Amino acid sequence: MAIALQIKGLRKVYDNGFEALKGIDLEVKEGDFFALLGPNGAGKSTTIGIVSSLVKKTAGDVHVFGHSIQTDLAAAKREIGVVPQEFNFSNFETVWDIVVNQAGYYGLSRAVAGERAEKYLKKLGLWDKRKVASRMLSGGMKRRLMIARALIHEPRLLILDEPTAGVDIELRRSMWEFLTEINKSGTTIILTTHYLEEAESLCRHIAIIDGGNIVENTSMKALLRQLQKEVFILDTPEAISPDLVVEGFDTRYIDEHMFELVLNKGSSLNEVFAALNKQGLVISSMRNKANRLEELFVGLLNAK
Amino acid sequence: MTLAEQWVAFYTIVRKEIRRFLRIWMQTLLPPAITMSLYFVIFGALIGSRIGQMGGFTYMEFVVPGLIMMSVITNAYSNVVSSFFGAKFQRFVEEILVSPMSNNTVLWGFVIGGVARGLLVGLIVTLLSLFFTSLHIQHIGVTIAIVLMTSIMFSLAGFINAVFANNFDDVSIVPVFVLTPLTYLGGVFYSIDLLPDFWAGVSRLNPMLYIVNAFRYGVLGVSDVNVTTAFLMVGGFTIAAYAYCMYLLSSGTRLRQ
Repeated sequence: MAIALQIKGLRKVYDNGFEALKGIDLEVKEGDFFALLGPNGAGKSTTIGIVSSLVKKTAGDVHVFGHSIQTDLAAAKREIGVVPQEFNFSNFETVWDIVVNQAGYYGLSRAVAGERAEKYLKKLGLWDKRKVASRMLSGGMKRRLMIARALIHEPRLLILDEPTAGVDIELRRSMWEFLTEINKSGTTIILTTHYLEEAESLCRHIAIIDGGNIVENTSMKALLRQLQKEVFILDTPEAISPDLVVEGFDTRYIDEHMFELVLNKGSSLNEVFAALNKQGLVISSMRNKANRLEELFVGLLNAK
Repeated sequence: MTLAEQWVAFYTIVRKEIRRFLRIWMQTLLPPAITMSLYFVIFGALIGSRIGQMGGFTYMEFVVPGLIMMSVITNAYSNVVSSFFGAKFQRFVEEILVSPMSNNTVLWGFVIGGVARGLLVGLIVTLLSLFFTSLHIQHIGVTIAIVLMTSIMFSLAGFINAVFANNFDDVSIVPVFVLTPLTYLGGVFYSIDLLPDFWAGVSRLNPMLYIVNAFRYGVLGVSDVNVTTAFLMVGGFTIAAYAYCMYLLSSGTRLRQ
């Protein structure tokens, strides 16, 4: 399988002396759905900026499908579609013009651009808005417009910098479905997000960046295996006592119909239910207290 | 990108630029038409009739070429500086920067957009001038060549201004405080033969004098300066401005962090 993105020893020192990247290495395989996570100011957007050539690197190598951004930038750019964090289109142009003009910048004829614009605007639910000036769109529509624009030249690598920031839950879910669909069709996707649930449900591999360094780079499954414990919230139809004890597990009383239970690595839910049955406790529902990845993420950053 | 793809990209920028200034014609085409009509009425018809002949022509005939050139210069410059700075300000310049277009394609796309507006406004002003005087172009080749070269040169200059501009004040500083005074003092309204020797010498340091006079030579057949010198100067400035624009694009100065 080809390497979609290869980063070696990438360093960036801004003019004000701030070292945003301290020599990171990263590899994303073709077809992957890759999450690049990190707190604000960790270096995610700088990394994306360098790959998409909007930020100049201080040192290191970047190859996109084998094309060096140093020596073969035009070929590398052709392979990439970028959806930035901030809106970056003309407020006065229509949705249609923004997408079709972007195709023109990649040398696509207006006939081809028109066909593709129709395809992606329809898929992203913007077809009815094609004649509307972009400033009239809602926040969610603007995000989808940037995705359509990034896909118009059908890149093999799509980079999305927090694409669902400020997007309502329903729309976020539909964007997840869309991204999953294009990933299945062969497009490699790199995603940065603050919604860890998003990364967990979409991505197969993950890198966590902090302070300009990659602190973790593994598969999502391997990362989640590092989880030492999970906390569940259980609901009971019958009232429980504040002194509730479940044999073999740590618990915390929340209210008379709800309590927390800690499941350590190595234990199974069967054991939990066996213990609950033994005490005659009926459980009406249960859920994770927090996103699993979130716990790991916080743990990794705190461990530094 | 292949040459054909670069052509598509170039055409896309030019088309977008032309559509932009046509869409906002009340800001781009109407003001110079009104301003120049007022110049024709006041300086040409009202005051000009009392001034008499200048350089062997009526005052109206004398000022028309300079006023046309002034419009071309201002509009070619303003189009590129406002459009490219607007793209920087709203960050949609990134659409261009992430694409595989060559720097030449980007630069000439914007420059031809500026040239198109400069020439269109020049044509409008020329047509308006026909209500006040008749024009018999003496050297059509010189006229076309100097107006084209000048509009390219000032489009390039506008691009440089846009790259360095940090706010909208920076966009208007050069047209208001540099271009307009130099053009007014560049022989649009008078022949430098009227000036004392010292001031005539100072005027010869003003590049606008050469541009205005070369155009006047094309239209009327008279000039205060050597026309070959004017072409060499405009050509030299154009090449220097082009080289600097290409340096700015390839180095990413003020465009890439």
